[in-house]
Amino acid sequence: MAYALQQLINGVSLGMIYGLIAVGYTMVYGIIGMINFAHGDVFMVGAFIALISVVLLMSGGLMDGPAALLLVLAISMAFTALYGWSVERIAYRPLRGSFRLAPLISAIGMSIVLQNFVQVSQGARVKPTEPLVTGGIEIMREGNFVVQLSNMQMLIIGSTLTVLAIFTWLVTKTSLGRAMRACEQDRRMASLLGIDTDRTISLTFVIGAALAAVAGTLYLFRYGVIDFYIGFLAGVKAFTAAVLGGIGSLPGAVLGGLLIGLIETFWSAYFSVQYKDVAAFSILVLVLIFLPTGLLGRQEVEKV
Amino acid sequence: MNARIVGAAREALIATAVAFGLFVLMVGLRTDVSPTGALFLRTRWPEVAGLCALVFVGRLILSLWNLREVRPPSLALGKLSAKAAIVFAPALLSAALVLPMVPGIGRYELDLGILVLTYVMLGWGLNIVVGLAGLLDLGYVAFYAVGAYSYALLAQYFGLSFWVCLPLAGILAAFWGVLLGFPVLRLRGDYLAIVTLAFGEIIRIVLLNWVELTGGPNGIGGIPRPSFFGLPFNMSGDPNSFAGFFGIEPNPVHRVIFLYYLILALALLTNWVSVRIRRQPIGRAWEALREDEIACRALGVNVTNTKLTAFALGAMFGGIAGAFFATRQGFISPESFTFIESAIILAIVVLGGLGSQIGVAVAALVMIGGFELFRDLEEWRMLVFGGAMVVIMVVRPRGLVGSRTPSVVLGTHRAGGADRVGEGRG
Repeated sequence: MAYALQQLINGVSLGMIYGLIAVGYTMVYGIIGMINFAHGDVFMVGAFIALISVVLLMSGGLMDGPAALLLVLAISMAFTALYGWSVERIAYRPLRGSFRLAPLISAIGMSIVLQNFVQVSQGARVKPTEPLVTGGIEIMREGNFVVQLSNMQMLIIGSTLTVLAIFTWLVTKTSLGRAMRACEQDRRMASLLGIDTDRTISLTFVIGAALAAVAGTLYLFRYGVIDFYIGFLAGVKAFTAAVLGGIGSLPGAVLGGLLIGLIETFWSAYFSVQYKDVAAFSILVLVLIFLPTGLLGRQEVEKV
Repeated sequence: MNARIVGAAREALIATAVAFGLFVLMVGLRTDVSPTGALFLRTRWPEVAGLCALVFVGRLILSLWNLREVRPPSLALGKLSAKAAIVFAPALLSAALVLPMVPGIGRYELDLGILVLTYVMLGWGLNIVVGLAGLLDLGYVAFYAVGAYSYALLAQYFGLSFWVCLPLAGILAAFWGVLLGFPVLRLRGDYLAIVTLAFGEIIRIVLLNWVELTGGPNGIGGIPRPSFFGLPFNMSGDPNSFAGFFGIEPNPVHRVIFLYYLILALALLTNWVSVRIRRQPIGRAWEALREDEIACRALGVNVTNTKLTAFALGAMFGGIAGAFFATRQGFISPESFTFIESAIILAIVVLGGLGSQIGVAVAALVMIGGFELFRDLEEWRMLVFGGAMVVIMVVRPRGLVGSRTPSVVLGTHRAGGADRVGEGRG
C-alpha cells in the first residue's frame, strides 16, 4: 500500500513533465495539423539552457533560494521560446499549404539539426549537476518503508499546475487564445476575419516551446543528468501521451501525460524496468485499437 | 530598389538579433566537466560573433535573391525534365551495372555503392506503403530488423544457409507486417504514424533486452557470409571455392563485387515488382486508396486486404534487405535499427518524390552518398545531413522528381505534376 502510494507520487510527477511536453505537440497539431517532431529536441534545448544558466549563476555565487530557481526557469523559457519560434520560421512556415508529409520530413530534419547542434556546441558527454532541491516531507510510514513527497516533486507538481493554469487562462480568456482556437477550427476562415494566422501560429510555437522549457528545467532539477539525446525518448513518450489523450485536445494531453507517467512508473516498480517503454507503447496501441481517436479526442467526421 | 535594399538589411539585422539570442548561451558558454566532476563554463564569444555575422550575410543574400522577379514555373521545363527522366533512368542503371568494372573503383567505392543500393531497396520497399498505398509508416526499420535477425538467428541456431534464409526472412517480415497491419487498420494519418513508430521501438527494445535469444546490446556476431550459390568465397583456391571453381586468382574483392551485384539484383527485383504490381488490380486499388478511401469503399474495394497487402509487401522487401544487411555486416545489434533509420528511409522516399521510383534512387544517392562525402566533417556531418533535409524540403516540397506518369491511362502516357497526386490520409 505504502509502496503503491509512493509509486503514485513518482508517477504523477513524471507524468506532469510528459504532460507539459505533450501540450506543445497537441497545440501545434491542433493548429496546423502536423507532428512537430522537433518538439522533443526543443525540450532538450530547454534543459540545456537551464543547465547553462544554473552553472552561470553558480559561478556568480547567486544560485540559492527559490528566486534563483525561478530565474533559471525564466531564462530557459525565454531562450527556448526563441528556439521554438526559429524552428517554425525556418522549417515550417515556408511549407505552409504544402502537402502533408513535407513539414513532417522537415521537422525530422530539424530534430536532427537541433540534436547535433547541441552535441557540437555543448559536447556529447552527459552533464551531471548536483541536486538543487533537496529534502521533503514524510507522508506515512509502514514498517520500515517511508512514503516521501520530496520538495522536488512538490516543485514539479506545483509549477506544472501553475503553468498549466496560466496556459488555460491564456487559451480560454485572452484574444490570443481566441485567435488560436479560431485558427484551429478553420484557418482560412480565421484569416478572412482578420486574424493574423502567421503570427498566431508563431505564438503557438513560442508558447509550446516555453512549456517544453519548463519541462526541460524541471527534468534537469529532478534527474540532474542530461545529454543531447534526452529529447528523442521524451519527445516520443510525450507524443504518445498526446495521442493517447486524443491529439488536438489540451486536457487530453495532460491526462495522457499523467497516464504514461503512471504506467511507466508502476510497470517499472512491479514488473521490469527494461520493458517500461514497451508497456507505455503497448497501452497506446491497445487504446487506439478500441478508441481510434484517443481518450478525449473528437471523432473526425469524413466528408465526401 | 534602394528601399528594397534597406528592407533587406533590416530583415538581416532582425535575423542577426535572433541568431544572437539563439547562440549566445548555447555556443557562447560551453559547459564542461572538470576532473573533480563539477561543471564549469568556457566562453566562446568569437564563435558567437562569427555565427551572427554568417547569419547576417546569409539572410541579406537570401532577401536580395528573393527580391528578383518571381516567375511561375514554366510547363516546358516540366516536360523537359520528364524527357530527361526517360534517358536518366537507363543511364543510372547502366552506371550501376558497370560500376565494379570501372578501373579505379576499389573496395571503398563498392562498399559505398552497396550501402546506397541497400537504401534504394529500402526506399522502394517503403514506397509501396507510403507512396502507393498512402499509409504513413514511421517504423519501417522494424521489418528491416526482423529480416536481419531472422537470418542471423536461423543461421546461428539451425545452420540454415543464406539462400534458404533470404526468402524466409522476407516471409517472416511480411508476416510481421500483417500482424502490425491488423490492429492499425482503423487508424488514420498521424495515429497510424505514431503506432508504427511505437511498434518499431517495441521491436528494438525487445531485441535489446531479450539477451538469451538475441545477445541484447552485444548483438549477434559471426553471421555466415553469403556463398556464390554454394561456392564459398575464400582465399584457399581449392576447386570448391569461388575462385578455384572458375580458375581465377583468389581476391577478397570478389565477395564485395558479388554482394554489390546481389543487392543491385534485389533492389531491381523490388523495383520490378512494384512497377508491375502498380498495373495489377491490387496496385490500382492501392493508388485509389491513397487518393480517396471513401470512394474506394463505395466502389467495393476491400480496404482491409488492400492495406494489409501493402504492409506485407513493403515489409517483405524490408525483411529481404535486412537479411542482406546481416550477411554483409556479419554482425548485427539493435544499434543499427533505431528510429533515425526509419526517418532516413522515409526522408528518401519523400525527398525523392512520393511514388516516383527514379526519385527514390536519386534521393538515396544524394542523401547517403552525400553523407559519405562529408565524412571528414565527423560530428558536424549529421548536422549538415539534417540541415540538407530541411533545405531540400523547403526548396522542393514535392521531392526531387516533380513529375509522375500515371500507372494506368487510356491512350498515350502523359506525365503530370506531382502536386496532382494524392498523398493519402491513412
